Amino acid sequence: MKKVKYDVVVLGGGAAGMGAIKGALSENVKTLLIEREASTGGVLNQCIHNGFGIHVFNQELSGPEYHEMYLEKLGTFDAMYETTVLKVDEKHNLLHAISKDGVYEIEYGALVLATGARERPFEALRISGTRPAGIFTAGLAQHFVNLENKLPGHKAVILGSGDIGLIMARRLTLEGVKVEGVYEIMPYQGGLTRNIVQCLDDFNIPLHLSTSVIKVHGKERLEGVTVAKFENGRPVEGSERFIECDTLVASVGLIPENDLVKEIVEIDLSEGAVVDDLMRTNIPNIFAAGNNVCIHDLVDFVTMEGEMAGKNAALVSKGEKLPERKAIIKEGNNVRILSTKYTTASQAFKLYLRVSKPMGTTALYLNDERIKVVPVAKPSEMIELTLDPSKYKMRGKVILSALEVGK
Amino acid sequence: MSDSKLNENGEKNSKIIEMTCIVCPIGCHLKVKVDEDGKFLSVTGNRCPRGAEYAKQEVTDPRRVLPTSVRVKNGELPLVSVRTESAIPKRLIFEAMKVVKSIEVEAPVKRGQVIVENLLDTGVNLIATRTVKKLT
Repeated sequence: MKKVKYDVVVLGGGAAGMGAIKGALSENVKTLLIEREASTGGVLNQCIHNGFGIHVFNQELSGPEYHEMYLEKLGTFDAMYETTVLKVDEKHNLLHAISKDGVYEIEYGALVLATGARERPFEALRISGTRPAGIFTAGLAQHFVNLENKLPGHKAVILGSGDIGLIMARRLTLEGVKVEGVYEIMPYQGGLTRNIVQCLDDFNIPLHLSTSVIKVHGKERLEGVTVAKFENGRPVEGSERFIECDTLVASVGLIPENDLVKEIVEIDLSEGAVVDDLMRTNIPNIFAAGNNVCIHDLVDFVTMEGEMAGKNAALVSKGEKLPERKAIIKEGNNVRILSTKYTTASQAFKLYLRVSKPMGTTALYLNDERIKVVPVAKPSEMIELTLDPSKYKMRGKVILSALEVGK
Repeated sequence: MSDSKLNENGEKNSKIIEMTCIVCPIGCHLKVKVDEDGKFLSVTGNRCPRGAEYAKQEVTDPRRVLPTSVRVKNGELPLVSVRTESAIPKRLIFEAMKVVKSIEVEAPVKRGQVIVENLLDTGVNLIATRTVKKLT
């Protein structure tokens, strides 16, 4: 077994992990990236569509451009590729990892978790019928089409209106696949409105809300699906319709990837790692950033979180004492997701939230104080808040809630 | 005032087109005022000047950036991701895809490299959005 020692170790080389490397290097500490794949970039490599970089680069880039341009900002750094961490031993600050050239024991001063998210699998939906070939998660279909030059089929149904599903509806259409429609069980869309416009409306692909797949047909290869209208979470009798297709693309959500640390780091109900405004978990020298904290809309914010996590991890590795947590932040009425669950009240910080239902003009409250009004609030679109502890009282328990104040 | 018909309030007939701005992922909700001939008059709801530009463009000549990929010969990857350097007319998207599918580039490919110059006479280049090294 080989032994190495670093001040900061970053797990995962996607947008958050690259940000963490940059943050740590800015404090001149010895930093190591551990990445499962053969290169950095994570999912950016297969996200060839544009829409990345508005905040970080002040221009609209594709995923691969964002990745390469950010990588160029990093310069050289130590990295272990095609390496998997098997265990985090937080008591001794050790990682057990395995790579092509053997087993490693890696000692860290501070750790940054940047493991991203995985797709909710089709099987999680418990849909009846057969299990023939032709069923893909959206990200897998994206990988095949964009990196391997392989089309998943000829006629596709998209299940779920998450962003990757919408992006794939357009991508498959451009590549000559007939996309029959997008089916969403909820009464509202799952992805960004801009993607409804430029991926569906532009190509006359219908979006069927309150409708979902209830049965899969086909023996060897998918032959079709039965869809039905849904009311109160149940299929409406008599609304069933058979759709012939050879491909089903499921875009039904992302799950923060925390399997490695779920026994040691506090995890919330949406499976995200719980962090404070310094991106620190309940363990003082373990930080987390990106989609393993909560699912973000914009990669730019993932990068910024990563930079902060990396910098703070570096400070801790140098023995600096960071401020203590002063308040817990809780989801109040109509708020489903919060990116930050504790605050040290030591600095102004950014927090991202998702509402639990679509609303018109919406006021956001910190306890009883109105702090922001947004013209529209949708569960699919994250709301960004900057909270300044010199302006708002943040001690004990802070509740963030949303109230619709106009249509 | 122009010489076209006026309504009872002495104003030119106009209507509001509602749309979502797609310039960036924020997705501002735009209300675009156009006259009876569809000519752009004004816009509200945009948070930046690019949104106003988008609204004007969208009611006259809608344009989109086309992101896709092109086959690579002798590359570490079979494909290189590409996009149009700026937006091209929406009506040309499928014609542009035909061009994209007909070509193959030789590795190595550099990010930003022009893959097709002046795509379909739009004045817009198709550029590579990643590096693909030569297969060794």
